[in-house]
Amino acid sequence: MHNCLVALLIVLFPFLAVAETPEMKGLAIIQEADKRDLGWIDSKAELRMVLKNKQGQESERTIRINTLEVEGDGDKSLSVFDAPRDIKGTAFLSYTHSVVPDDQWLYLPALKRIKRIASANKSGPFVGSEFAYEDIASQEVDKYTYKWLRDELFDRRDCFVIEAYPVYKNSGYTKQVVWLDKEIYRAVRIDYYDRKNAKLKTLITSEWRQYLEKYWRPGLMEMTNHQTGKSTKLMWNNYQFRTGLTDRDFDRNTLKRAR
Amino acid sequence: MKTFEAAYASWVMNNRFIIIALSLVSVTALSYGGGYLRFDSSYRAFFSDNNPELIAFENVENTYVKDDNVMIIMAPQNGDVFTRATLAAIEDLTIEAWQVPYSNRVDSITNFQYTEAKEDNLIVRDMVKGADTLSDEALLTARRAVLAEPSLKHRLISATGHVTAINVTVQMPIDERAEAGQTIAAYVRDIVKHFQEQHPDIDIYLSGMVMMDAAFFESAMLDSKTLIPISFVLMFSIIALLVGGLFRTAVTLLVIIFSISASMGVGGYIGYPLTSLSSSAPIIILTVAVANCVHVLVTFIHSMHDGEPKLPAMEESLRINLQPVFLASTTTAIGFLTMNFSEVPPFNHLGTLVSVGVLVSFFLTISFLPAAITLLPVRLKKATEDDTKSISVLAEFVIAHRNRMLLGMTIVIIAAVSNLPRNQLDDTFLYYFDKSVKFRTDTDFMIDNLTGVDFINYSLDSGSSGGISDPAFQFDVERFAQWLESQPEVVHVSRFTEIMKRLNKNMHGDDEAYYRLPEERDLAAQYLLLYEMSLPYGLDLNNQVNVDKSSTRVTATIGVISSNEMIAFNDRALTWAKNNAPSLGYIESAGVSLMFSYIGQRNIAAMIVGTTLALILISAILIIALRSLHIGLVSLLPNLAPAAVGFGIWGVFVGEIGLSLSIVAGMTFGIVIDDTVHFLSKYLRARRENKLNPEDAVRYAFRTVGRALTITTLTLVMGFSVLASSSFKMNSGMGLMTSVIIILALIMVFLMLPPLLMKIEEKTIHA
Repeated sequence: MHNCLVALLIVLFPFLAVAETPEMKGLAIIQEADKRDLGWIDSKAELRMVLKNKQGQESERTIRINTLEVEGDGDKSLSVFDAPRDIKGTAFLSYTHSVVPDDQWLYLPALKRIKRIASANKSGPFVGSEFAYEDIASQEVDKYTYKWLRDELFDRRDCFVIEAYPVYKNSGYTKQVVWLDKEIYRAVRIDYYDRKNAKLKTLITSEWRQYLEKYWRPGLMEMTNHQTGKSTKLMWNNYQFRTGLTDRDFDRNTLKRAR
Repeated sequence: MKTFEAAYASWVMNNRFIIIALSLVSVTALSYGGGYLRFDSSYRAFFSDNNPELIAFENVENTYVKDDNVMIIMAPQNGDVFTRATLAAIEDLTIEAWQVPYSNRVDSITNFQYTEAKEDNLIVRDMVKGADTLSDEALLTARRAVLAEPSLKHRLISATGHVTAINVTVQMPIDERAEAGQTIAAYVRDIVKHFQEQHPDIDIYLSGMVMMDAAFFESAMLDSKTLIPISFVLMFSIIALLVGGLFRTAVTLLVIIFSISASMGVGGYIGYPLTSLSSSAPIIILTVAVANCVHVLVTFIHSMHDGEPKLPAMEESLRINLQPVFLASTTTAIGFLTMNFSEVPPFNHLGTLVSVGVLVSFFLTISFLPAAITLLPVRLKKATEDDTKSISVLAEFVIAHRNRMLLGMTIVIIAAVSNLPRNQLDDTFLYYFDKSVKFRTDTDFMIDNLTGVDFINYSLDSGSSGGISDPAFQFDVERFAQWLESQPEVVHVSRFTEIMKRLNKNMHGDDEAYYRLPEERDLAAQYLLLYEMSLPYGLDLNNQVNVDKSSTRVTATIGVISSNEMIAFNDRALTWAKNNAPSLGYIESAGVSLMFSYIGQRNIAAMIVGTTLALILISAILIIALRSLHIGLVSLLPNLAPAAVGFGIWGVFVGEIGLSLSIVAGMTFGIVIDDTVHFLSKYLRARRENKLNPEDAVRYAFRTVGRALTITTLTLVMGFSVLASSSFKMNSGMGLMTSVIIILALIMVFLMLPPLLMKIEEKTIHA
């Protein structure tokens, strides 16, 4: 009797091992997405940000963003504001980390001083927009745990639908539901759920372009807040890769020179 | 040749089964619409979509965020908020409050974003964190910091630190506000209950706009749970007592129930929401519908006592009453329809619902009621002589003393009317709820111990993108805020310039000398950028600054003031800003009580038009129906007098006319004229058909309708008195005033109308 059972287990074992849980499948998909986006080294891009309130009033900001890929940790980025005029030249340096708070500095040209932002907050709005800083900071695998829900068509794209739960305890979200395009392995839609697990906002990305025949970047990101009726559009232009940026370009001392 | 009335009466008696069947079918069909009724407890139900103040209010909301809120007020019994246990409890409850449905922001003294400078760092952190492990020294520091913070003092912390509050801001979707409000209120009450089990030493009170919505709902529910059954029992007793007979009472009640359910059904078909105002419609229909039945039944019983058999007695009663009951119903319906002139949608709905109910009750009274009554056995009590005796005594008294009566009543009217100007068109928003409503007592506590409940938001526009960083603009914002603060009506003013001053200080190594507005635009803009980047989820500046950073909102928390004071205050503020702070440009002001204040004013203007129109229409109907111009005109006096005298008396004893009282005049006019209609129709019948002289015609009128009028007046007064005990002032004020006017109307009809008639007729006869 016992022998029979053991024999059965031996026969079935390979199948049991292969049958992956939704959690494992979710993680595997994200790891694949992460792997496919490795090796771009550095990038430069111009960002136009249009904020809109429920009343229909709009406001615009333009930012240049340089990013340096960091293996094994979050990326480094330097953002320089070009408009509006009263914050022109303000530069924002950030070292993203997976689980511990990011390191962030801001250079204020009017004060000619660098200020370290000593705050555990990644969940506040980025320059008054509907994007939280954590939404646009580099997305590291370790920042979340995952669960694959289903496969589904979204906007005529074949997608994996995956739930991501933030590991970081100061996150503003309980979860994100990500529609990940099976072809390009990038998120084409994300629903964000707030701390009480109510749908807070939706991000739709579009105008995808491939760079260096490998790396996909969206030309347009639109975030709509369902609770307040406000929305923000991010329009990306002039993407450049492997421009020769180094660690020294993301040094605190470069902040003052970054115009 | 038979008159129309006679023909109709005999037709009814010959087709009783068909009539009953038809009545049941139509009432069922109409009542079916009741399934579509939904309750709208939101204060916004009081404003029509094109109300200019609501539009301004929503503009401000759409530019910033909605600030519907729940205030959770915490009063530790030891009188000190700054203990480890209490602060830790506030921290816990703050975190829990983020779970409140539809919440998007939670503010408390613990999660307030405190900023300080440390070397070259700007530290932005929670004011209090991990309170249970704080040292005595840290506790003291926290106490000093909280009490010194202008954004918190008189807003979330009392000046002595004995009471604090957590403010939960919610974003309720417009199309499901009522449901959302109830969900939020229930959720908050639940966490508070749980909290109090763990912290029995901290008292909790709840206020804010969401709780006010809940109070609208709950006071309406309380009314329908208690007042409607009470009115039914009262009416049942009155009918049983005065009309007598189990079957007659039962049929009358059926007529009433049918009228109510049919009218509510019609409301459902139209798509009216139920509100705390319109949910008083059943009580009013109940009260008004009884009168019709009483008139038909009293005449019927009267004839049977005189020895008539059942069917002819009913036929006669129908014949005699058809016209007066029709007139009375029409005028009552017109009176209620004047509510449609009101600026306040719930009054429009109430007026239409009652009008429909009255008309349905009219049709049932002249069809279903006689058909059903005559199909059932009729048992009469022995007629008591006293019934008509006391009325006859009154009649003789009035006839004998007619000149003195006329003089006396004239003096009463003049005395009362001279007190009319003592009335002020004014009311106080918070006092819409009496002290049996928990929202009211909780809010009273908040006002006495912490802060106000009313806000006015001033949206200040710099006129250019990013202009809020302009030093000149900031300077004017700050001066305007300081001016507001210095006003006696104002409890607290919040403005973003407070943050700018604090940041300027932090950026200069926390040097107190720099606690002032930055002097350069770029500097201010960059401070703001830095600060915004440091704020956590939900605690952003979106509620104070618009997306374009071109305008900012200054919020003044106001103590308890009346609507006139509110409007005066707002005017004063706008004038001051115009004269003293030119860079503020066009200022939009918005607030819930401010909206109620303005609507009160505009409602009164609209109701004057409506009431006048009703007056003309009803008088015209009276003149045509009575086929006598001069008698019609004469009868106007005892009809106008009750409202005038009623408001005169109100002027002496109360003197404040609020939103609901402004509709009473038109509405009661339609009701009180019924007395005159019935009295005059009998009087004229006696004069024309029986060729009696005026004195005998007065005796005849007294004898035939005196009792019925007394009964109907009693029922009306009882019904409206029930309404007067509502916990919602719009209902209770209306109920009380209407009761008073209805009593006055009967007095006028008995004591003033007969002497007037005799005087006029004597003149025309002698002439």
